[in-house]
Amino acid sequence: MTRVRSEDPAAALGAHGTALREATNADAVGGRIPRYVATPPDTDAVSALLSAATRHGLACVARGNGTKIDWGAPPRRVDVVIDTSALRGVDHAAGDLVVRCGAGTSMATLRETLAAAGQRLSADTPVRDSTLGGLIATGLSGPRRMLHGPLRDLIIGMTTVRADGVVASSGGRVVKNVAGYDLGKLHTGALGTLGVTTSVTLRLHPVPPARRAVTVTPGDVARARELTRDVLRSHVVPAAIELDWPHGGQPGLRVLVEGAEGGIEARATEVAELLGSGVIAPEPDQGWELLPGVAGDTVIRLAVPLTDVAHAVTTLRDTADAAGVPASIRGSMGAGVLHAALPADADPRAVSGIIRGTRNAVTRGSLTVPHAATPLREEVAERGPDLLWGEVAGLGLMRAVKDRLDPDHLLSPGRFAGGI
Amino acid sequence: MSETVHALIPRLRAICGDDGVITDSAQRRTYESDGLAYHAAIPGVVVLPTSTEQVADVVRLCSENGVPFVPRGAGTGLSAGALPHSGGVLIVTSRMRRIREIDIDNECAIVEPGVANLEVTRASAPHGYYYAPDPSSQQVCSVGGNIAENSGGAHCLKYGFTVNHVLGLEIVTPSGEVVRLGGKSAEAPGYDLLGAFIGSEGTLGIATEVTVRLMRAPQRVTTVLAAFESMDAGGSAVSDIIAGGVLPAAVEMMDALAIEAAEAAVACEYPEGAAAVLIVELDGPAADVDAQFDAVTELCRHNGAFEIRTASDAAERARIWKGRKSAFAAVGRISPAYIVQDGVVPRTALGEVLHRISELSQRSGIRVANVFHAGDGNLHPLVLFDDSDPEAGERAEEVSGAILDLCIEHGGSITGEHGVGVDKVCTMPRMFGPADLETMDRFRGAFDPDGIANPEKLLPTPRLCGERPGVRKGEHPLVAEGTAELF
Repeated sequence: MTRVRSEDPAAALGAHGTALREATNADAVGGRIPRYVATPPDTDAVSALLSAATRHGLACVARGNGTKIDWGAPPRRVDVVIDTSALRGVDHAAGDLVVRCGAGTSMATLRETLAAAGQRLSADTPVRDSTLGGLIATGLSGPRRMLHGPLRDLIIGMTTVRADGVVASSGGRVVKNVAGYDLGKLHTGALGTLGVTTSVTLRLHPVPPARRAVTVTPGDVARARELTRDVLRSHVVPAAIELDWPHGGQPGLRVLVEGAEGGIEARATEVAELLGSGVIAPEPDQGWELLPGVAGDTVIRLAVPLTDVAHAVTTLRDTADAAGVPASIRGSMGAGVLHAALPADADPRAVSGIIRGTRNAVTRGSLTVPHAATPLREEVAERGPDLLWGEVAGLGLMRAVKDRLDPDHLLSPGRFAGGI
Repeated sequence: MSETVHALIPRLRAICGDDGVITDSAQRRTYESDGLAYHAAIPGVVVLPTSTEQVADVVRLCSENGVPFVPRGAGTGLSAGALPHSGGVLIVTSRMRRIREIDIDNECAIVEPGVANLEVTRASAPHGYYYAPDPSSQQVCSVGGNIAENSGGAHCLKYGFTVNHVLGLEIVTPSGEVVRLGGKSAEAPGYDLLGAFIGSEGTLGIATEVTVRLMRAPQRVTTVLAAFESMDAGGSAVSDIIAGGVLPAAVEMMDALAIEAAEAAVACEYPEGAAAVLIVELDGPAADVDAQFDAVTELCRHNGAFEIRTASDAAERARIWKGRKSAFAAVGRISPAYIVQDGVVPRTALGEVLHRISELSQRSGIRVANVFHAGDGNLHPLVLFDDSDPEAGERAEEVSGAILDLCIEHGGSITGEHGVGVDKVCTMPRMFGPADLETMDRFRGAFDPDGIANPEKLLPTPRLCGERPGVRKGEHPLVAEGTAELF
C-alpha cells in the first residue's frame, strides 16, 4: 500500500462532487464511530473516494438507509461511512422485464416505479425502508424466495467498485447470459467486504393478476411441516409457504398462491382442503413478509433441509423458553429458511447459550446470527465472530477471494464470517 | 506427449488404476475436441477417475508438478470449453455416474458429475418430480458439464438455469483440496462460492458431487404451434404475450429457412407457407394453464397467425417439438457447412436485430437460418456456407462475428448458453472492459493461483487472441450416433 502523507485525507475524500461531513454517534457501525460520512453522487465519485481511502489506509463501510448497518460482526475499524443515498435512478426497460437501478434506491421507490407498468421484483423486503443495496449486502430474501428463488437469483448484472477504486461490472442487461464469472453472486450477502455495489440490473416478473392467502393454525410445527409437504406434493404451485410463530402464540401456517384470475379460486380451495381447515383471504396480512420481532432484536437465521425444519425450530423455541428468553419465529417452511427474533435486552449469556445449544442440534444446514443486539455484539467483539456464523465450509477460499479483491482489508474489515 | 506428463503416468495409474489412464495416441485422439469440432488438440494423457479421492489425487499431482488439467464431462459443449491441453491431463468424469440419492422429502437428488442430465429426471419421475434444466443435449450431457456451463435449455425462460437448481457441490479445487459448498439446505453461510462456481467453465476446479433441486412435475403442459406469414408478425405475438403478463415455460421461433431445413431432415410437417413458426409451451396448475392458453392463442390470432395447433399429450408435443429440436442438425441437409452462433439481445430489440441479420445475409450472399429462444432473446443464427470455397468460409465467419457485434450493440450478450470456452475468449473484450476482466481474473486467481485449471479458456490471454471463432463442419459424432441432438 502506498500512503500519500502530504495529501489531506478530507480533501481527497471530498473530491469529485462527494459531499463529506464529520461523523456523529448516529453514524456508528456496530458500535464503531467513523470519522467521516461521504455521500458520492455517482459511480465515478465512489471510485475516486475508495481510491483516496486506500491511499490513506482508511477503512470504509457502505450504508443505504442504515436499517441493517449493525448486521454482521462489529467491524475492526471504520473510518468512512459511504452513504449510497445519492446513487439512485431507476432505468426500467418494461418491454424486456428488466430494471437497472442505483444501489441506494429504496425498495419502496422501486416497487412503485415497477407497479406502474404492472411489473415487480419478485423478492420481498423483509426489513422496512431497506434500499436495494442493503438487501443485497445482507443477502436477505423473503417469503417468495420459495417460488422465485432468493434475491441473488433475480440479479442479472452488477457494477461494483473495488477497494482500490477500480470499477468492475459483471453480468449484463439480459436475463440469459453466461459470459464471464457471475460476480454478482459473490457480492450478494458479502456485507460490503468485497466492494461497494453502485448499480444493479434485475430480472422482473409481471404482477400476477390474482392472489389468495390461505391460513391455518396447525397446532405444532411438526404438523406444519406435514402440511407443507402435502402442499408441495400437490399441483397448486404456491408462491410461498410461511410459518409465523410469535412468542406467546400458536404457530400459524400461511400459503400464498398467485396466478391467473381464472384459476385462483380452484387453487386456493385446494390449498384450504389440504390444510384441513384453511381460511382463504384475498391478500396476506400486512407485514407478513417482515422479519419477526422489532428493530434492534437479535436475529437468528436457520437454513436447513425441509425435513429438519420442525426439529430445528422447535429446538430453538424450547431452548429459548428454558432460558426465559422470548423468541418469535417466522420464515419459509417451503424453502427451509426461517428467522427468529430475540429481544435486544435479553441477557447476552442466555442468548449465546440458545445459539450454541440450537446450533449443536442442527446437524444439517446452518444456524447463523445476521444481527446481534448491542450486549451480544460486545461479546462478539471480545470473543470473535464464530458465535455469529458457526462452522463455515470453504472459508479458506473465501479468505483468498477477499485477499485478491481487497488486499489491504479496508472494506468492512472484520464484519464477515471468519473475521473477513 | 510432453516429458512432464509422461513422468506422471505411473503415478496416475497408481491413482486411477491401469484401466483409468489412457495413453495410447489413437485412443487419446478420440478426446481431441468437444461439440465444437473445429477446435482440436490431443490431450497429453486422459484419466477416468471413479471417485472424489481419485480426482483430488490427480489434481494434487498436477498442482505439485505445475501440469495443467482440463475437466470433461460428456463432451457435448459448444464452445470448446473441454478442449484438451496437449501438455496436460484431461480428467473425464464419465465413470462417475451414480445417482447416490433421490430425496423427495427434501426435494433434491445427489448425483455424481458424470450422470446424464436426463437420468436425474428419469430417476425422479416415478415420484412425480423432475430436474428442470433441460439443455437439448440432455440425453447425454453430464450434470457436471451443466455445472461448468450453467446450462439452460428451452424452458429456462420460466425456470432459470442450472445455477437456480443446484443446492450443493463437492468440488476439488485446483490445489487438490476437497471443499463442500452448500448442501441440502437453501443457503449456506459465507460468500456464495456455490453460485459463482456454477458457470465457471472448469476454471475453478472440478465438481465431484452435485446436490440438485428437484421440482414437482407440472399438472398440465400445453404446447401451441402458431404459423405466421412474417417474422415481424411472430415477433409481435411474442411481445404481446410477454407484455400480457403470461410467463410461458418456453417460447421458440424458427424462420422460413430453418423450417425448410427441418422439413428436409425430419419431415416435421409444419404449416405450409409459414415464414415464421412460433412454439409456446405453458405449464403449471391446470386452471392457470387453461386461462393462459386462451390468452396466448388469442394474441397469436390477433397478430395474424394463419394456423394454430395445440398439443396436450406427450406424443402430440413431441410432434410439435420435432422440427425445432432437429433444426441445428437439419441445416446440414441444406448446406455443406455452418456456424452455430449463440448471442442474446433484449427481447424488444429482436425485430430490429433480425432485420439487420437479414441485411447482413443479403449483402454477403451468406444464408442465415434463424432458430431462437424468442422469450429471452437468445438467438441461434445458423450461418450457412460451402466449405469447399475458402472465401465463403471467411465471409461466413465475418457474418457470424457481425451478428455478435449486433448483440453487443443492442445491449445483449455474446453467449446465452454455450459459454465462452476457447471459442469466444477473444470476444470477451467486446463485452467487458479491461477492469471487468482483470477483476474476474483476480477471482479466478483466488481458486487457481498457478493457472493450471482449464487454462486459456474463459478469459482472454494475449497468446490465444487473434484466432477466429469456430466453424462447425459436418455432424457432431454424438449426433451422428443418434444419441444427442443439438439446439
